[in-house]
Amino acid sequence: MTVVLIGVNHNSAPVEVRERLAIPESRLAEAITRLMQFPGVEEGMILSTCNRVELIANVGNGSVDLRAFLREYFETDTDSLADHLYEYREQEAMRHIFRVAASLDSMIVGEPQVLGQVKAAYAVACGVGALHSQLHALVSRSFAVAKRVRTETAIGSSAVSVASAAVDLATQIFGSLAGKHIYLVGAGKMSELAARHLIAGGAEAIFVANRTHARALVLAEKFEGTAIHFEELYETADRADIVITSTGSPHAIFRREHGERFLHRRKNRPMFFIDIAVPRDVDPEMNKLDGIFVYDIDDLQAVVSANVASREREAARAHEIIEAELQRFIARLQTQEVAPTIISLQEHLENIRQAELDRARGKLGKLTAEQESAVEALTRGIINKVLHTPITALKNAAGDAESNTVIDHVRRIFNLTPRNLNPENSSPQGSSTKNLDSKSGNARRIPIGRPREKQEEPLREEEKKATPS
Amino acid sequence: MPLLWLRVALVFYGLGLVYALLALARKAESLAKVAMPALWLGLTFHFVSLAELTLEQGHLTPSTVHHSESLLAFLIAALFLAFWVKYKTVSPGIFVFPLVFVLTLAASIGQQPQEFTSPLLRKGWIFVHVALIFLGYAALFLSFVTSILYLVQERRLKSKNMGRWLRLPPLQVIDEIGYRALLLGFPFMTLGLIAGAIVAQEQFGAGFFRDPKIALSIMVWVIYMVLLFTRWSAGWRGRRAAFLSTFAFIAAVGTWAANYLSGTHRFLGP
Repeated sequence: MTVVLIGVNHNSAPVEVRERLAIPESRLAEAITRLMQFPGVEEGMILSTCNRVELIANVGNGSVDLRAFLREYFETDTDSLADHLYEYREQEAMRHIFRVAASLDSMIVGEPQVLGQVKAAYAVACGVGALHSQLHALVSRSFAVAKRVRTETAIGSSAVSVASAAVDLATQIFGSLAGKHIYLVGAGKMSELAARHLIAGGAEAIFVANRTHARALVLAEKFEGTAIHFEELYETADRADIVITSTGSPHAIFRREHGERFLHRRKNRPMFFIDIAVPRDVDPEMNKLDGIFVYDIDDLQAVVSANVASREREAARAHEIIEAELQRFIARLQTQEVAPTIISLQEHLENIRQAELDRARGKLGKLTAEQESAVEALTRGIINKVLHTPITALKNAAGDAESNTVIDHVRRIFNLTPRNLNPENSSPQGSSTKNLDSKSGNARRIPIGRPREKQEEPLREEEKKATPS
Repeated sequence: MPLLWLRVALVFYGLGLVYALLALARKAESLAKVAMPALWLGLTFHFVSLAELTLEQGHLTPSTVHHSESLLAFLIAALFLAFWVKYKTVSPGIFVFPLVFVLTLAASIGQQPQEFTSPLLRKGWIFVHVALIFLGYAALFLSFVTSILYLVQERRLKSKNMGRWLRLPPLQVIDEIGYRALLLGFPFMTLGLIAGAIVAQEQFGAGFFRDPKIALSIMVWVIYMVLLFTRWSAGWRGRRAAFLSTFAFIAAVGTWAANYLSGTHRFLGP
């Protein structure tokens, strides 16, 4: 097969270009159908997310200009796009698909949504019958590769946003966030976001205090929490396990003596202060108290950049996995190429053997069980010896440029039915060739190489929830 | 035979020890899957060894130093496993495995003649005393270990550098394990001391309080109680609690070693 991939992503094209090419989910099925009608395209799939639009096609042995399809579909000239479009073929295209599914090509390397998006695109393409054996095998292999990358590297395990880093730290202090109380001091966008993340992590009961009480009321209502007058801040703050501060105050609001008081009232249960304000709302001295942990915006940022760096290190390991998987996939494709010939060769000689045996039986008369098995062994032995060289030659030729010549020679010498180069359109003919060239023969009866992957599991919950923007 | 089973158990504890050492070199994540099954198997063989030994000597109470080391190692490992079942955290293993391994190693070096020949050992009370005190030791050790882990995790959170080696459980989980271990161990220790006092009263009269081992034991018990009380009334944890439990642990080790100074605990035959 020849895979061709053409597309734009967040690196190659600005959003103005990406949005021109984006295909909304509602029109995806129709777009794939159109792609399939494009001459030369045998299998096709379209991935369209907020960060990328990619057309993937198996063009068999021909060559197809997918730019022409883009021109036709979007009724636009592709010249203006030329600088932004990338195009990969064959091995390059396969590698790219693996990389995308494994989230190595994402804006935030390792983010988990993209796999769900690829799976969704795959489901749509399957739905309109645009995926047959080969592209199907490639894409579902990419899911397995993505899973392997995720389990064998730590690529997706660390927080890479300030809000998620805050949740991460809170979890390292409190374990489960269930039942933990949050206190918002000051009502900023950023602290609201952090609170939202913490609540998603299981935290409950929000208190909000703001100098302008009206804003506290609004925010409290948003979170179904309690608004508290700013004057009561010090009397109530010890109720919270996590305090998020983001006021515009020029001086620290929480100082060491406050911390000591809180700890006393809380019987030394730990408290976590997330200080997003600049200038800071929490005196860094407080971090010296046993049981109080203070993180300001720079600390959180430092956690994030350390995590980003570690993701990049992991990406290098992921790259190795992908290369290995790619080579394995290609090797499998190549053995698949010669497998039908090997099978028909074996069946052909087996038919001859059976026919000869039937003829000889009449002359041999009744044989004892021992003699019967000797005859079996003898005839089988001859066949296997004869077949050994051609099969080895076929296996060695797999993947070579001359493989087609070898296959054709073997077929001609042994008088096998000619190959059908386009298995998709073939209909089973004749009993002896039934499962040789038909699709099922191609796909299932492969004696060498790895067994076919089991059917990919349906979309996982988390991936389903991911919303492609 | 008991020695053979003990040595088999030692091999499995050794696997756990490897985990503990590798945990320090931050390769432990995958090994945790090996360490806990190894602990299960080790405990099983260890139990067989202890059971056979009991049958051989005809009573439950340890009659050699090796035997008591073996019993203590068993109890510590079992307690650790119990906490693992509840909290699924292997981190205390980096301290538990080495201790269990060393105790078991010492116990499995060779057969000792029965050192404690005193007929006292045949009394059920003595066994109750020994077993309860050992359980108390095991729990104390575990809470000592968690208080160290707590300090490490607290230091990491405060210095804003989570470190690369050994992923620790959340601070509150460590804290809870330590507290639970104390809560569990204290009654054992208390009842163990009471059982001991009853036997001693009967055997030696009121003078037994002057015995160094007994004095140390009482000190351990007092620290134990202070630990629990400060925790309960003021929520002491972190540095202060770690300080106290280190103190308790050292005193407990001293108590363990004080057998040779103690008249009442030599259990020599008449």
